[in-house]
Amino acid sequence: MSEFAAAGPAVAAQEAGTGHRRTYGRYVLGKVLGSLGSLFFVMVVGFFLFRVLPGDPARTLGRGRFKTEAQLEAFRAQYGLDQPLPLQFLTYLKTTFTGDMAESLRYRVPVSDLILDRLWPTLLLVGTSTALATVIGVYLGVISAWNRGKATDKITTGTTLTLYSMPEWWLGLLLIAALAVGAGPLPGIFPTGGLHSVDAVPGTVGYVADTALHLVLPVTTLVLVYLADFSLIMRSSLLDELGEDYLTTARAKGLRDVVVRRRHAVRNALLPTTTLIALSIGFVVSGAITVETVFSIPGLGLLATEALTIPDYPVLQGTFLVTSAAVIVANLLANLVYGLLDPRVRT
Amino acid sequence: MTATPTAVQLTPGQVARRRRAQAARRTWAGFRSHRSGLFGLALLLFFVLVALLAPLLADSEGLEVTKATGGVLQPPSSGYPLGTDENGRSILTLLIWGSRISLFVGMLATLISMIIGTLIGLASGFFEGWPARLLFRVTEWFLVIPFVPLAIVLATVLGRSLINIVIVIGITGWAGTAMLIRSQTLSIKERPYVERARVLGAGRWHQMSRHILPNVMPMVFANTTLTVALAILAETTLSFLGLGDPTRVSWGSMLEDAFAVGAMTTGAWWYIVPPGVCVVLVVLAFTLVGQALEEVFNPRLRER
Amino acid sequence: MSAVSEEVEPLLALRGVSVTYHTAEGPLPAVRGVDLTLAPGEVVGLAGESGCGKSTLVSTVLRLQPTGAEVDGEVLVLGQDVQTISWGKLRALRWAGASIVFQGALHSLNPVQRIGRQIAEPITLHEPELRPEQVQRRVDELLEQVGLSASRARSYPHQLSGGQKQRVMIAMALACRPQLIVADEPTTALDVMVQAQILDLLRDLVRDLDVGLLIISHDLSVLADVCDRVLVMYAGRIVEAGTAGEVFVEPLHPYTAALSGAFPRIGDPAARYAPAGLAGDPPDPRSLPEGCSFAPRCSRAVDRCTHAEPPLVEVHGRPVACIRAGES
Repeated sequence: MSEFAAAGPAVAAQEAGTGHRRTYGRYVLGKVLGSLGSLFFVMVVGFFLFRVLPGDPARTLGRGRFKTEAQLEAFRAQYGLDQPLPLQFLTYLKTTFTGDMAESLRYRVPVSDLILDRLWPTLLLVGTSTALATVIGVYLGVISAWNRGKATDKITTGTTLTLYSMPEWWLGLLLIAALAVGAGPLPGIFPTGGLHSVDAVPGTVGYVADTALHLVLPVTTLVLVYLADFSLIMRSSLLDELGEDYLTTARAKGLRDVVVRRRHAVRNALLPTTTLIALSIGFVVSGAITVETVFSIPGLGLLATEALTIPDYPVLQGTFLVTSAAVIVANLLANLVYGLLDPRVRT
Repeated sequence: MTATPTAVQLTPGQVARRRRAQAARRTWAGFRSHRSGLFGLALLLFFVLVALLAPLLADSEGLEVTKATGGVLQPPSSGYPLGTDENGRSILTLLIWGSRISLFVGMLATLISMIIGTLIGLASGFFEGWPARLLFRVTEWFLVIPFVPLAIVLATVLGRSLINIVIVIGITGWAGTAMLIRSQTLSIKERPYVERARVLGAGRWHQMSRHILPNVMPMVFANTTLTVALAILAETTLSFLGLGDPTRVSWGSMLEDAFAVGAMTTGAWWYIVPPGVCVVLVVLAFTLVGQALEEVFNPRLRER
Repeated sequence: MSAVSEEVEPLLALRGVSVTYHTAEGPLPAVRGVDLTLAPGEVVGLAGESGCGKSTLVSTVLRLQPTGAEVDGEVLVLGQDVQTISWGKLRALRWAGASIVFQGALHSLNPVQRIGRQIAEPITLHEPELRPEQVQRRVDELLEQVGLSASRARSYPHQLSGGQKQRVMIAMALACRPQLIVADEPTTALDVMVQAQILDLLRDLVRDLDVGLLIISHDLSVLADVCDRVLVMYAGRIVEAGTAGEVFVEPLHPYTAALSGAFPRIGDPAARYAPAGLAGDPPDPRSLPEGCSFAPRCSRAVDRCTHAEPPLVEVHGRPVACIRAGES
């Protein structure tokens, strides 16, 4: 925009108005295409996962279970392993999209059925934990940054660093031992595992309350560990922001310090925090898998870890595909929301 | 007329060595001022010593299930300071020997992911065009994808052994390093002295190894420390899930056994708490040291 | 000394202002005893290199100096000592009594807010009784006053050029109709054509709105163009003062001579051969030299200069801090 040319008001208004929409559209398109590429790469990796080792995939996949050549032949035919590689890949793509995936070696039902069955508990666990960890973590991060160097900050930072260094499932074990089984003066009031009590009737309020009770400890475990991560992220972003010049401008205008921090610093610090938290969704999903195992929550995580024992390869492949795809989609959504919040990425 | 002293002639190599020694002294002085970093370093040295001196601290025979003499899941007593496991072995012995595996796997896996991450980071930052962009997208992908589902598939396919765990963690954990090195490379690439080298005809390899890499190394060093923390957590988790080497004891495998025998419900806290506490302390130690190093090498962070 | 100026209360009066930072390595005297007055309708310039303390001095005008900085002396804005008045009075004074056009508009604007909103912010704060349409109208007027189209209100800072951002900063400074404006390096980092436009704008605004303007710059030629009076600052002290013409054309202090000599005068053949630039660096405030702080770099320094800091005395009718000022 040349300084000397005074743009006609109409033209300028149009630029400011529709330009905004047009560039957000471009941004969305870019992000969606990127996510599609990532999803494709997930498929590719999923395909090659079991062809990592040299040699016959049939032997790898059916390790120790097939004794005769005839069994191996049957296995190969069933999974199309005797076809040329590109054809196998296409078949694989097709069957995955139509949900017509292989059967679980253990349960003898299609993997897609198993996954759909176990999807809801995992969503519940991951969703609740992420939401709570984000809210609490961001709040703690803001407080830490405000009081940087003082006792509040040191205690909070120290605690969060320690929580951050813990394996989530170990914290879960401790919580079970302390609050589910009961140790010393602590009462064992929470269930030790599972998602529902045996006698809970679906569809009733009691059922919902029962489910919630079973989720308290698992969710607490995940929240404690991830709020540590998010609070450190927010603290760091806010401290970065507090050094910016535009805050001096805001104070010079006569705004009170609290308003300056809230309206300008925290608002702007939330932007990089959003991005970093979105990147951490993969960690929450990973954590949920191990926490489900410890608490015997019948979700995708437990499905995956139980599949380790056989090993039930189709199930493992399926859980990898589903969890990876879910994280990519969640990231895409977070990016789209971010594009609405930060005007700089749109232009 | 005072006599002027003759100047000491130094070779370029000597000058470079002196400068490096000065830089190292300055780094140490800066690091020393971080109390948390020093605390982390002390913890670290403690555990490394324990791991190295394991044969002196605890009899390796204590690891043999067949030679176990203690009772099953006994609480701490004078003979067994941390109690016994389900085979009657001393938890303390297991803990001391387990430190070796946890630290070894953590460090070796980190070495692998550092090498991969540095190479990919340098390449995607330094080169132009679609290969570099593709590398960046792949790095992003590895960063976003959840670790556990991918790792358990790989570990299952490769089989349960020590080296396989190292490989799995190494090839899934390089993305963070690659991202950091890429962004450092991008900014260093634009600096005047690199541009000057280019104009003077420095080849790409020369630019990368003589200019960019030395400037990137300090941050890499700090990042390595933080990566070891993550690798140790990863090893513990994979061992807990039953993917570790069945012939070796690590803190993760101890917890796997504890979980399998239901130590939480029987109240055998001496089986659950110590291995986890060791993991937390070691991870915390590496994290504190890594953060202190980051602050020393990146003055911008110092005001925190 | 005209009798009229004594009756009118100065907009800005700095009396013996000193600012000392307390750092880990000891006290750092950034400003050492500065006196300055500015009357309504006046344009006063403050010249000096970076590090001489001018920005620190500016920050005291609205009590924006960093925490840990100790301020001595009186900083009177519209008759009130901003360093000691209550927070309520200070906040009322900020922007509505005196405003600042900050250096480096790139970082002084909130990057994720539309500039219209940023200009409106102090208006809604200081005049809450105004309706939104009235505020919007004021924002549009302000933008047009600085030569920008009103539609720019919907832009974000990164969509504007350097010159446009600077105009936005000026529009923002005018938002609450202050009586005093302080412009900290308003033309730095702008190219020459844009510099000229900004200076013209400032000059017109002063004339039309009858505000008092204090301009800080290291560029003496910029100040000579716009200001009525100029003060020259070195190592935290005023070393010379006078009208713009006097200071620029007949500098009495060797530092001022070096500053003005650094800028070529078109049409003056002697200037082509005069040594331009000044060797050395400004002194570190933590370890100021004995005696005159300029002596180490001064081409006219003698042994006497290192005995004591030269006081500000009147030479040829104006204050100069050099014991050899006025010598031929």
